[in-house]
Amino acid sequence: MSSVQIRDVRKSFGNFEVLHGVTVPIEDGQFVVLVGPSGCGKSTLLRMLAGLENITSGTISIGDRVVNNVQPKERDIAMVFQNYALYPHMTVGDNMGFSLKLRGASSDEINKRVKRAAEILALSPLLERYPRQLSGGQRQRVAMGRAIVRDPQVFLFDEPLSNLDAKLRVAMRTEIKELHQRLKTTTVYVTHDQIEAMTMADKIVVMHDGIVEQMGTPLELYDKPDNQFVAGFIGSPAMNFLKGHVRTNGVAVFEGPNGVKLPLKTAPTASDGRPAVYGVRPEHFTIADDGAEAEIVVVEPTGSETQVFAKIGGEQVVAVFRERHQFNPGDKVRLKPDPALVHLFDEATGKRLNA
Amino acid sequence: MREVNAWTQLKHNRNWLGFWFMLPAMAFLIFFLAYPLGLGIWLSFTDTRIGRVGQFIGTENYEWLWDDAIFWLSVTNTLLYTFVASAFKFGIGLYLALLLNEHMPFKAMLRAMVLIPFIVPTVLSALAFWWIFDSQFSIISWSLKHLGLISQNINFLGDTTWARICVIFANVWRGVPFVAITLLAGLQTVSPSLYEAATLDGASRWQMFRHITYPLLTPIIAVVMTFSVLFTFTDFQLIWAMTRGGPVNATHLMATLSYQRAIIAGQLGEGAAISSAMIPFLLAAIMVSWFGLQRRKWQQGESND
Repeated sequence: MSSVQIRDVRKSFGNFEVLHGVTVPIEDGQFVVLVGPSGCGKSTLLRMLAGLENITSGTISIGDRVVNNVQPKERDIAMVFQNYALYPHMTVGDNMGFSLKLRGASSDEINKRVKRAAEILALSPLLERYPRQLSGGQRQRVAMGRAIVRDPQVFLFDEPLSNLDAKLRVAMRTEIKELHQRLKTTTVYVTHDQIEAMTMADKIVVMHDGIVEQMGTPLELYDKPDNQFVAGFIGSPAMNFLKGHVRTNGVAVFEGPNGVKLPLKTAPTASDGRPAVYGVRPEHFTIADDGAEAEIVVVEPTGSETQVFAKIGGEQVVAVFRERHQFNPGDKVRLKPDPALVHLFDEATGKRLNA
Repeated sequence: MREVNAWTQLKHNRNWLGFWFMLPAMAFLIFFLAYPLGLGIWLSFTDTRIGRVGQFIGTENYEWLWDDAIFWLSVTNTLLYTFVASAFKFGIGLYLALLLNEHMPFKAMLRAMVLIPFIVPTVLSALAFWWIFDSQFSIISWSLKHLGLISQNINFLGDTTWARICVIFANVWRGVPFVAITLLAGLQTVSPSLYEAATLDGASRWQMFRHITYPLLTPIIAVVMTFSVLFTFTDFQLIWAMTRGGPVNATHLMATLSYQRAIIAGQLGEGAAISSAMIPFLLAAIMVSWFGLQRRKWQQGESND
């Protein structure tokens, strides 16, 4: 186990820069998730950490050692690939023991470590099988077993769950988290799925277009997104955004589309009439008499909660209610955002305006 | 009324319909493969000559061949030719495939160039080799003489050992592209992430070849080498254009000897017997590949343990 420091790392393919100076400190034993839309550079960063891509500039260190010019096999890392990259012609046991075999470990040693990893992952009955004879979830576990066997300083995961069906994904998510809690190995996990990031991470790094938009604990990002991108990326269903202006004469209020008035707790340090984006999470709407007038468009009950699509000032928003309201399309209701929980962003830069 | 019923039934019978769909393929196989093969085997048991219908003479042709030193020489030649040429084709083909699978400038052009020997008609390339190995005008002899390495022309196609080397060389030159391109196709089916995983597992280049590339390539190697062996064993064009089996039958293969006896000398029965004698060898080669081609356990999807 050891810490990982990524300092001002840049990556160019030819003249095209894909990472524009990324700095991510990772503490010993932390579970860090790099998350972002496809093409944001998260996988490239992981591959640079693994040594599969060169570092154009900046430094990456594992423990106290700068690894920019260290061969992948010397970095003491193990990686789980998106397609698992299991050797099809080797049994599960041979797949897991391959790295040890290459290092010249004795067959007793290999057997012992493979057996131990297989027990951790409940793979013991499958050791003689070939990858083709396994289900998706089993292959996924073998890929993890191959990483565990080596007892590395850092685990790297490259979208490991994206080839699994939805149900299995949820189960494996828990399994990976449990594994991390047990082994406490520093882990860097890449995904495009914000729910995976939220549920698994100690620290989330949100990336977008080759830069880090924000990093922090899952709830920090959820409660206090630094900018409109993070606000929209984290959370499902996504945050609602309404464009308009801040009004500060008298009581602070947000003037939304078509003059709809939306409440603000305190006025941001901004002049009257400043253009801004009002962000409110679907679960922060309540039905209240002093709410904004809204017309219900679609109602989607899921049992535990109900998603309601409605129009406020002509703009569509989504609200989520845990209590069971009797709504019908076309109904007029009054939706009130909780003023303590709304977010305000600069319209041009997307930066957060309220504290 | 009954007959109509029977006819309607027949029309809707899927097996009957299936039979009609199979018929063209069946006719093709029977007329162009099974019939000539059967005829060849039948002829080998007769004393047919060109212009004379033969009579059944049992195994007399084969008995004659058993005591024929030239026939046995041609068998040895064929085995030597097939074995040596196939080994070289495999070695050079695999080397080229690995080379062409690397990233390098003009990759597409180089890959296309490798195919040239395969595209040129065999007889044409054989003629070129005939000229290259000519006793008087050979460019090799000329070059070596000018370099001062030899004082006299090498009699490439006139010396028994040289002639064998030359025809094997020409066959390898012609056969390498097929092996190389097929193996290259095989190499490209190996997922790059396997190499990345192996890199992280600490494999050197040689270990990657030994533990990943080669095992994953074995199924396609089995296919390509089977075909290569069959083509080489039955080779005719190259030999006939370059040496006609000479000098002193040193390069006579079973196919060329069969042609010489059957068509040139007119002894159709005897020629057919030589051709038929190739069948056991070819069957043996196919059997070897049949077992080599059996799906390996790791290729099977279902659990069978």
